[in-house]
Amino acid sequence: MRGLEAEIGKKLKNFELDAAFSQADGCLGILGPSGCGKSMTLRAVAGLVRPDRGRICLDGRILFDSGKRVDLSVQKRKVGYLFQNYALFPNMTVAENIRAGMRKGPAAGKNLAELVRRFHLEGLEGRYPGQLSGGQQQRTALARIFASDAQCLLLDEPFSAMDSYLREEMQIGLAQIIREFEGCMVLVSHDRDEIYRLCDRTLIMENGKSVVCGGTRELFARPRRVAAARLTGCKNLSRIRRAGDFQVHALDWHVTLQTKEPVTSRITHVGIRAHDILPAPEGEDVPNRIRVLVKEKVYSPFEWTLVFQNLEEPGAGIWMKRERGDMQVPEAVTVDPAKILLLEE
Amino acid sequence: MDLSPVLISAKTASVSVVLTFFAGVAAAFFVFRMRSGRRKIFWDGVLTLPLVLPPTVAGFFLLFLFGVHRPVGAFFLEFFGVKIAFSWGATVLAASVISFPLMYRCARGAFEQVDRDLLDAGRTLGMSEWRIFRKILLPNALHGLLSGGILAFARGLGEFGATAMIAGNIAGETRTLPLAVYSDVSAGNMEGAGKYVLILVLISFIAVTGMSCATYLFQGFERRETR
Repeated sequence: MRGLEAEIGKKLKNFELDAAFSQADGCLGILGPSGCGKSMTLRAVAGLVRPDRGRICLDGRILFDSGKRVDLSVQKRKVGYLFQNYALFPNMTVAENIRAGMRKGPAAGKNLAELVRRFHLEGLEGRYPGQLSGGQQQRTALARIFASDAQCLLLDEPFSAMDSYLREEMQIGLAQIIREFEGCMVLVSHDRDEIYRLCDRTLIMENGKSVVCGGTRELFARPRRVAAARLTGCKNLSRIRRAGDFQVHALDWHVTLQTKEPVTSRITHVGIRAHDILPAPEGEDVPNRIRVLVKEKVYSPFEWTLVFQNLEEPGAGIWMKRERGDMQVPEAVTVDPAKILLLEE
Repeated sequence: MDLSPVLISAKTASVSVVLTFFAGVAAAFFVFRMRSGRRKIFWDGVLTLPLVLPPTVAGFFLLFLFGVHRPVGAFFLEFFGVKIAFSWGATVLAASVISFPLMYRCARGAFEQVDRDLLDAGRTLGMSEWRIFRKILLPNALHGLLSGGILAFARGLGEFGATAMIAGNIAGETRTLPLAVYSDVSAGNMEGAGKYVLILVLISFIAVTGMSCATYLFQGFERRETR
């Protein structure tokens, strides 16, 4: 069995961690708010913390099994771990850092040169970590992991230590490295853009529990769960009362909405992405027409946000995002029934 | 001026600082690795005790253990033919025991300040625990270890109370500089005592400035780390 399989249970101070996932190859993203246990999950896979119960397998090797009392040492797990601040050894140069992970052998020198070239570290071999930029530090840390014979790669918030303007550039660089790595990868982040860009599959975690797991694009298009919708950036969420097979009443917004998908009895909420709300053309009969009562307008560099209520029966605010080109406040808005996200609690 | 106290003190402080350094680092590592907080606190207390006890009390305990007719002392005398109490060895013993907590506390503080992620990174890269200790923990704690060593050396050099208890004040054998100062003052020889005092002040000052210099140099090292 190729890849990583994990079931991890651990009692923590504030909550109970209960995560389960599997990933054959490619990159799995774990998306969750800060403090939801996603980093702890990663540390448990690496063996840096010991779960109370569960099972962790990598390429058919059992790393941890509470039932069989297996608990391999961190060293024997062969799991590469990219720390949030990269954890480069400050007393060693770039070359020494990379060499620190290598097994002894005649091929070591050649390997080093190849890694230096591959991670674009030429000319920096003799520098100390403190003399490197954030991006160079990250590449050094990755080269060091590639030097050790890691069979899977765990990335713990790899861009959180970086300035936002550097982040996008580094994400593109990392995407290339991810494609070249032969083995599975798990990336932990609270940033949905990062996950969307880098991961084929996504696991959503909240309060220590795995909420839902699936293909990244599919999950962002149809989150299915309230937590997943919120974490993938859905600004508008409302509790509902079912009003028909293809109709719901949004209790928080005081509006009735048509849906394209059938509303089952398990649906408790609906979500509408702020970008899916469009101005309703004058006089035309459009579905899900809501007359606008403006509450607030907020301007960002490239877009602006309109927060409005239903004019006929004001309820909670609904967010709508528009390009900066179109600054006009519409009389009424419309939402395509196919864009209404039906969600379970 | 009788130079024997200078020689004895130099020998005692040098030998005891070597013993203290290794024992202190080992004890600090031992406590650092403990997982249970309660055990940590207990051992921390035990290992720090000689620092807070009056030196005469520490000397009393040493005498209690290493005296010629006491268990450990008798054992050494019988099996190795070594007399510890009231010999030069006793000055080393007293200086080591009294200066040990300084070394231990500095070393432990230095270990605790090393980023845990560095040690964990070493583990995920497959480095053995011994290699992590040598290549990561020690070099990154070096600054604290050196300060501890210098403090321990200075404290060992100035040790008086416990030394007087277990080593006595035998001229040319166990009379260290602090004891020589005491003896000369007791005998009314203020001038002789003054010379010894001058030597002690000089060495202590050099040790402490040496420590500051080390700190300054290491700041350079840290600048290199953080730019």
